Amino acid sequence: MQRYIVMRVGQSIIALIILSMIIFALGRFTGDPIILLLPQEASLETELALRAHYGLDQPWPIQYWKFISNAVQFDFGDSIKSKRPVMDLIGPKVMNSVRLGLAGMVITLIIGIPLGVLAAVKRDTFFDGGAKLIAILGQSLPQFWVGIMLIQFFTVQLDLLPAAGTGGISHYVMPAFTLGWWVAAAVMRLLRSSMLDALDGEYIKMARIKGLPEYKIVWKHTFKNALIPVLTFAGTYLATFITGAILVETVFAWPGLGRLVYDSIIWRDFPVLQTLVLMIAVVVISVNLAVDIAYAYIDPRIRYD
Amino acid sequence: MATTISTLARRPALRERSRQAAESLRRAPLIPLAIILIVIFTAIFAPLLTPHSTTQPSLADRLTPPVWQEGGTWEHPLGTDALGRDLATRLMYGGRVSMMVAIFTLAIGGGIGTAIGLVSGYFGGRIDAVFMRSADSTLAFPIILFAILLVVAVGPNLANVVIAVALVLWARYARVIRGEVLALRERDFIARARVSGCSHLRILLFHLFPNTVNTLLVLLTLQVGWVIIVEASLSFLGAGIPPPTPAWGSMVSEGREYVDTAWWVSAIPGIAIMLTVVAFNLFGDWLRDTLDPKLRQV
Repeated sequence: MQRYIVMRVGQSIIALIILSMIIFALGRFTGDPIILLLPQEASLETELALRAHYGLDQPWPIQYWKFISNAVQFDFGDSIKSKRPVMDLIGPKVMNSVRLGLAGMVITLIIGIPLGVLAAVKRDTFFDGGAKLIAILGQSLPQFWVGIMLIQFFTVQLDLLPAAGTGGISHYVMPAFTLGWWVAAAVMRLLRSSMLDALDGEYIKMARIKGLPEYKIVWKHTFKNALIPVLTFAGTYLATFITGAILVETVFAWPGLGRLVYDSIIWRDFPVLQTLVLMIAVVVISVNLAVDIAYAYIDPRIRYD
Repeated sequence: MATTISTLARRPALRERSRQAAESLRRAPLIPLAIILIVIFTAIFAPLLTPHSTTQPSLADRLTPPVWQEGGTWEHPLGTDALGRDLATRLMYGGRVSMMVAIFTLAIGGGIGTAIGLVSGYFGGRIDAVFMRSADSTLAFPIILFAILLVVAVGPNLANVVIAVALVLWARYARVIRGEVLALRERDFIARARVSGCSHLRILLFHLFPNTVNTLLVLLTLQVGWVIIVEASLSFLGAGIPPPTPAWGSMVSEGREYVDTAWWVSAIPGIAIMLTVVAFNLFGDWLRDTLDPKLRQV
């Protein structure tokens, strides 16, 4: 067990280091930010001074080392576009993204779980068909397009919901739905098939023979067991959520990290971009690590071999 | 006598098999297949099918609605965008981009992934551990973020979009093919091939690989839709094929500003994406049920 955890933590750290190197190396390819920054008539001296100011005249390994040693102290340098410290830009937006993410997850659970259970229990009926349709659409509709169509319908046609920005609860409805629905389709599909597997189990037959009421069989005996395979994919869902958040925040002009990713790409603002990607990577890798370790506790068969 | 018995024994089995084949063909999803063929046909023959240019603005015709709406004309059956470019034309050429990205990405990503899966499953041990850990890390990372980084870093064009998506795509193939190979390599015919002196390379290429082709075909079809969505998302974010080349994702993006006056500019390319992706997914589902039902979970 301890060996498993140590190995798993070690792997995560290696993954993070490799990733930070890739991110850094890619950042060097994004084009020369100095060109965007300088006025056209700037002299060579100004250019060199500016390069030296941002440390862009140093060899890459030194730039990388500086980046990492500053990063562990939460100093990510200044944004090239706004000339403010990167953390000042990111800080206020973190909570916006977290809030939207949580709202999206709530939508995922509200849609995904009941529909997944219903589709399995009422297999091959109207409900199953309906759930399948939603799952297919969830996988086939581009999220950004769904967002725009929602704006078209609920803002332009009905004038019910705000199209962009943050504010009250009403601002959450469309972005959270667009974000959550996508993952809900995946959760539903997985839950349906694992429910069907669990419903086949001997212990379910036993519960039926004992004469337990159907709702107890479904929710207490089957659902709990069927949830395990779904939870295995928690890490994958997180990745999907983050991908979704970039698109959704861009569509709804949501002042969060996803929108910041988009803006920093447009501006080739690599201090901001590499910080964001690194932060997201840390979150993703930590969550996957936590899920794996939790699993090793729950299921003693999982060992590092 | 022996031949009579064996032919007698074989006959019903053969008939049964051809009946099954006919049955599964009868169940073939015709509408999805038709959609796929239309997309491919219009993508290939776009220059012959439309008199309009994809890039030439025609400001007099800007934001013409589709033909079924008031003000629409048969000149532009699906309407025009903000620069007066024919949407139907751009849709057909956009289909080209989607199909090209799908074909190249799947060929490269699927090829690399399959090779890694074969090697990883066959040899096992350290190589396997390293490859599978990398595959898992790739799968757990937000794909679009990586593709955006790569595309923006090296510049947005078709080749870079393909490389970016392929770099992420290999992992799923590696995982699934490795699983297949793990089961296959325990089978007698692999041991016999080894005993009769086949090299590892020969076993990989001529004994293991042909046995994974069904799985591979199913996986390829099921992932066309996914690649189309990723490509569309990238071009929506401005990290895909750069304008003025039409791509479905950037067409949706261009229509965003006109969502209150000209719904069709965004809606129509989105519908094209949806129909194509649904068609490929349904076709892939059918192919899986026909060729390789044990892939259900993929």
